[in-house]
Amino acid sequence: MSPGFQGRPRSAEPALPPGQYLTEDFPVLSAGPTPRVPLDTWEFVVTAEGGVEFRWTWDELMSLPQDMPTVDIHCVTRWSKLGTSWQGVSLDTLLEGIDTGARYALVHSYGGYTTNLPLDDLRGGRAWVAHTYDGGPLPAEHGGPARLLVPHLYFWKSAKWVRGIRLLVDDKPGFWETAGYHDYGDPWREQRYQGD
Amino acid sequence: MAAPTTDRVAGPLTWRVARLVERRTETPTAQTLVLEVPGWPGHVAGQHVDVRLTAPDGYQAARSYSLAGPPDGDRIALTVQKVPDGEVSPYLIDVYGAGDPVEVRGPVGGWFVWRTEETAPVLLVAGGSGVVPLMAMIRARRDAGSRVPFRLIYSVRTPADVIYADELRRRARDDQGLDVAYVYTREAPEGWRGEPHRVGLADVNTHGWPADLEPLCYVCGPTGFVETVADLLVGLGHQTRRVKTERFGPTG
Repeated sequence: MSPGFQGRPRSAEPALPPGQYLTEDFPVLSAGPTPRVPLDTWEFVVTAEGGVEFRWTWDELMSLPQDMPTVDIHCVTRWSKLGTSWQGVSLDTLLEGIDTGARYALVHSYGGYTTNLPLDDLRGGRAWVAHTYDGGPLPAEHGGPARLLVPHLYFWKSAKWVRGIRLLVDDKPGFWETAGYHDYGDPWREQRYQGD
Repeated sequence: MAAPTTDRVAGPLTWRVARLVERRTETPTAQTLVLEVPGWPGHVAGQHVDVRLTAPDGYQAARSYSLAGPPDGDRIALTVQKVPDGEVSPYLIDVYGAGDPVEVRGPVGGWFVWRTEETAPVLLVAGGSGVVPLMAMIRARRDAGSRVPFRLIYSVRTPADVIYADELRRRARDDQGLDVAYVYTREAPEGWRGEPHRVGLADVNTHGWPADLEPLCYVCGPTGFVETVADLLVGLGHQTRRVKTERFGPTG
């Protein structure tokens, strides 16, 4: 197909989703300036489909049971990073006791970013509000003070500077999804753009 | 704050076979490849494409490249910076030959774009090969006969690293309402006033637009560069929603 192209030696490559390559760095992908969110005004809000709001301050989030997931992450721009270590609060903990029949979630961030995903993908020990990366506070350019962490989907779903989640009966595309990216974003099925 | 909005892109993107029709050397490490892509659907300045290579054993590698100019029928231009130890860029620079096929898919991206019907003043801030999508905007402005005032601040290590050097010189002279300023980080040209330095507040303040003119700002370059410039612009009072960024490379 591409005359003379051999690619990198591949025998030593671990299993990666198709089309991904390994990086040791932690590249940054954002659409605008990095928001700086003071901890004393930070809050996280889950809004149920009927409009009822559930709020956590920073101290309240920190007082909840903490998980320390070590996960592989996959960016749609094709880098993957293996064995990243985090600390955060499971969405199972945050959604516990919220009476909802919603099937979708629209995540929103300080700065205006949004991303959508099925509510089920935030459950079952697969999603966190993460505030610590590699043993230290999550740097602002990586979404600090807190970001969503949903490692089984492309990393644009792991909204940086997360501020809240709206629970929705009907799916509503977010920022990159409106700009042509896939609604779901499964790296193992290479769901990069609409129609994939 | 309202969520940023973008235009919805319709329909799936298909891989198309492209062939190299022209190659231009821009700097010792950057080249522009002009590809013929039958059926190219057109694009907006600032968008990018995925380029996919296939090895004889079926292995594929793909990377994203910014489109360097507005559409020219079925022809698109990419400017490729050779990444040391890279997998795709060294092939495109050193091996890929006239008439050879590659696959391309796009256009992709509906946020970091400039549309020729926009009327706000524009500030472009480029670090290194981050100039590529910004040059597409400068070229689209010229092609459309737009008179929107444009300013480009272009940070490079040395004068030899300036991509599109001749064209930028010509356009800064001929394209009315386009100003180009350079920041040299390692070695400034003979007769240049000032010392080499990294882009700072004085550069953005002197060569950018006052925030109260509500310009559209586009910042593209390595992560650290973009972080610095975007923070400076916000500090100068620019609305975050009017500062669009595109970052590449490691965090350093």
